[in-house]
Amino acid sequence: MIRGNMVEFRKDIFADERDDNLNEIGKPTRRQDITGHVTGRSPFFDDHLFEGLLHLRCVRSPHHAARIRRIDTSAAQRMPGVMRILTGQDVPVNLNTLLSLLDFGIDDEPILSTERVRYKGEPVAAIIAETEAQARDAVAAVRVEWEVLPHVLDVEEAIKPGAPTVLDIYPGNKFVYHGKYDHQKLRLGDVEAAFREADHVIEGRYQMSPIEQAPIETCGAIAAPEQNGRYVCYTSTQALFFSLGTASKVLATPSSRLHFIGGTVGGGFGGKVDSIHEPLAILGTMLTGRPVKYAWDREEEMQVGAPRGAERWYLKDAVMNDGRILGRKFTGYFDSGAYTRLSSYAIIKGVGHLPGPYTIPNVHADVYCVYTNRTPATAMRGFGITGADFAIEAHMDKVADTIGMNPVELRILNAYRDGDMKAHRRLAKNCALIECCQVVAEKAGVKLSPEMQAASSRVGGGGARAHLPAFTATDEHGRVSGYKATNYARKGAKPPDLPGAPPMAQHVSHQASASAPPAPQHSPATPVPPGPPAPKRAGPIRFSSLSGFRRR
Amino acid sequence: MTFKPISFTLNGSSKAAFATEGQNLLDFLRRAVGDLSPKYGCGQGTCGACTVMIDNVPQLACLVLAESVEGRAVNTAAGLANGPRLDPLQEAFMERFAAQCGYCTAGMLVAARALLDANPRPSREEVIEGISGNLCRCTGYEPIIDAILDVAEGRVQA
Amino acid sequence: MAIHRGRGFAAINYPIGMNLGGDPSQALVHSNPDGKFTVALSAIDLGQGMKSVCRQIAAETLGVPVEDVYVDTADSDTGPHDMGSFASRGTHRMGNAVIRASAEAREVMLEAAAEELEVDPGDLMTDGKGNIHVRGAPSRTITVMAAAQAAQFRQGRTIAGRGIFLIPLSDVDPDTGEMSPVTTFAHAAMLVTVEVCDETGEVTVTDMQSAYEVGRALNPRLVEQQLRGGAWMGMSHAAWETTEPYYPARDHGPVDFNSYIMPGPGDLAPHHISVLERPAEDGPYGGKGPGEMCANPVLPAVVNAVYDAVGVRIDELPVTPEKVLRGLRALGGAKPRQRL
Repeated sequence: MIRGNMVEFRKDIFADERDDNLNEIGKPTRRQDITGHVTGRSPFFDDHLFEGLLHLRCVRSPHHAARIRRIDTSAAQRMPGVMRILTGQDVPVNLNTLLSLLDFGIDDEPILSTERVRYKGEPVAAIIAETEAQARDAVAAVRVEWEVLPHVLDVEEAIKPGAPTVLDIYPGNKFVYHGKYDHQKLRLGDVEAAFREADHVIEGRYQMSPIEQAPIETCGAIAAPEQNGRYVCYTSTQALFFSLGTASKVLATPSSRLHFIGGTVGGGFGGKVDSIHEPLAILGTMLTGRPVKYAWDREEEMQVGAPRGAERWYLKDAVMNDGRILGRKFTGYFDSGAYTRLSSYAIIKGVGHLPGPYTIPNVHADVYCVYTNRTPATAMRGFGITGADFAIEAHMDKVADTIGMNPVELRILNAYRDGDMKAHRRLAKNCALIECCQVVAEKAGVKLSPEMQAASSRVGGGGARAHLPAFTATDEHGRVSGYKATNYARKGAKPPDLPGAPPMAQHVSHQASASAPPAPQHSPATPVPPGPPAPKRAGPIRFSSLSGFRRR
Repeated sequence: MTFKPISFTLNGSSKAAFATEGQNLLDFLRRAVGDLSPKYGCGQGTCGACTVMIDNVPQLACLVLAESVEGRAVNTAAGLANGPRLDPLQEAFMERFAAQCGYCTAGMLVAARALLDANPRPSREEVIEGISGNLCRCTGYEPIIDAILDVAEGRVQA
Repeated sequence: MAIHRGRGFAAINYPIGMNLGGDPSQALVHSNPDGKFTVALSAIDLGQGMKSVCRQIAAETLGVPVEDVYVDTADSDTGPHDMGSFASRGTHRMGNAVIRASAEAREVMLEAAAEELEVDPGDLMTDGKGNIHVRGAPSRTITVMAAAQAAQFRQGRTIAGRGIFLIPLSDVDPDTGEMSPVTTFAHAAMLVTVEVCDETGEVTVTDMQSAYEVGRALNPRLVEQQLRGGAWMGMSHAAWETTEPYYPARDHGPVDFNSYIMPGPGDLAPHHISVLERPAEDGPYGGKGPGEMCANPVLPAVVNAVYDAVGVRIDELPVTPEKVLRGLRALGGAKPRQRL
């Protein structure tokens, strides 16, 4: 076996598909940014000094779920160094969903919560003070009267009847796909028939853990008045225009008045797409006229910064004695936490990925986006895929063990090849799974049969394997009613009043509260920042919606 | 808020600046003095991104009170290069692709410099020990270890 | 007490770019009067090397040396719209936008050179060293600098280009899940060796052997950075990290790096990497995106190796000593499988 930290480029494999005679491509050129990195001069967001910089820190919920009866900021207001205290009333548009810029899903998450909190750590007020230490002290002096509510933390508990409702707009604690089902379906062929035909039916349950992205630089932003009525914002975002668009929407400020600068970021791994810091830092600047920094400390990064959400997968395979997998059935639960952020979208990506890199003629998946009272989940390296791959590949090992087959050969036997029909009903191309398996087996001294050694991604696919099954079993399981794509999400539109609909009264009240939240008492009152009125968002937008809440 | 004047040496030059009460050295160096090379990664003394040398001993600037450097010599990554000439460690980090996001790099280089100053010919195990207080989330550490060994074993010269 | 050795295998593929498409990237390229180029983007460099890979792509397409290109990114006043750095989309989406912008700029550059040389632009080629010459007549030549100066001060041309890359958004069928997720996939296979202590339950990854298919490796050192660091992260996800150690309970959540633990420089496993390059037909010079998928095969490979070593299936991540010990107790002691 070859050992050690070597890297080799197997130019011999797929050589006929490449022209390797290029000038700059393929060269081990040094990084453009490397001199800045080794001299400590690369400008990260916090490496911009401002005279009179203020610091923003949030007051957070100590409860998994609670109603906010009253926020008393009077003592905090008198603390040394405190310049301003923000609550939800100060945020021009205090309800957002991260993918709303893509027209994906309903606004469900307050910037600063005013009525209810749905996870431990949810922000309800923000202190802006001369120093970070003063901001911390003032945060501790804010008095919030809580009415603790029942909570639910497990995905399968959350979808049982009678479980506490996390978000009123999703009464069963499940995201609604296409206005039609409480989960995303994938159907190819007939798995039940495959189970009847199989020599072995092999089941498993897999739990992917929540993971913190843990970039060494925590998430944050610094905003400052620029000139001519504009604001500059230095940010650690992974997506400059995502953050700019979110700030523009939340602050009801045209993008032309915002100048975002970033691009040199101390690691992200998915944890810096949520655009949490930019809107509040800019709002703080608008209201104080001074530069404001809002950044998480490490504890916040770990506990209120959104992690990769947990996933639970149930797998059931129909397997023949010779190793062929005839059918694979999935039930998946993504733990979205208290709000949607990116989880609904992660599931569509995960479903498109099933059943893994294998050609399996019968596939069935029901995957649920479930709301629980925990920190909302977001992207992380491997978004929507890592947990599914963990389940699939641990299960493949179980299959190999059950039928007594070499685990590498089981993969090669079932691997997808160029021209095969995939479960999402598109033909495979540019495949290379078999070659990766062969190279590893060779290096690691795993003996493969001559047939497996000779297998190729470019040979043996297509033909009969390119055909859709003659019959696909479909069903109406999980059908919801009362959701209609074309009018549900439009601002101001009322959801249809259909018989058998989920409790629409809750929807209406939530929608109403979104535009005009009933104010809990808090003092002192804070005026809305200066600026032009909110631009009207109407008509068709950039991106249609998988949620079905499509603006046509 | 009370301010306290601090006089010290930073990367060989005399400096004087005001520290606020209870201000840590990291915040003081960055905001009051303007040396932005030490980074905030945790403020808890667990990541090493703020590593600086005080009187030639590596320390975590987030855990040191600014006023404690009065009259002492502080060295940071910003002072590793001698004018335009880079420290061999900086050259080796560039050559070995030992940085990705670059956020831990300054602290890592200071820890490595402190190690080599104290022990110019460390073993691989001693290099690992020397940087074990510095976290990197990108590289998997191997290129960093290799870069330091390149300098220790004379494969990279300034 | 005994240490049991086991090997585990896993293989994966990974979609490149935002699922369903609909995620545009734009790039602008322009030349200074001396023939040095600036690429303006709003993409983010998180350490993955966005600036560097776009620089090489621009240089290749323009036909100039990489030193003559600088990538300026993420200033919303100058960099045009980009969806962002996630979903392994940077190289694929932005790389294509940079190619288009660079090709447009190159066309003007060659027109300017053609006017100076009094030839047809179609007869010109670049040598990648800063010169433009007539195909088949290398002595009839002009430098990129001279062409750029002529364009700016004599001809009144802008050597500049705009590029956008967009894969149109796919629909999803609610009843069957029919969709076009992405246009290309990366691939990987991984075999890890672990040692499991049956007294402490501790699992140590002692070796990794991998093959990663990444499309064309646009910069082999940047690819290696991703694969080596990513596999380390996969090992960490498998056996070390979680924000909620007793999920779904929220108790004992880590608040610092003493309680959120990751492998340190003393915990590394040797990792032998083989890189395979099957170019993506719509990738920039065939490139895909190695950044995310590199961690994925390690997680299942580790649990499979633990099973191989002691016969305990760990179906809930991370693999902690507690879970291993509970599994060993339920099994009545280690039952090595040694199948690989």
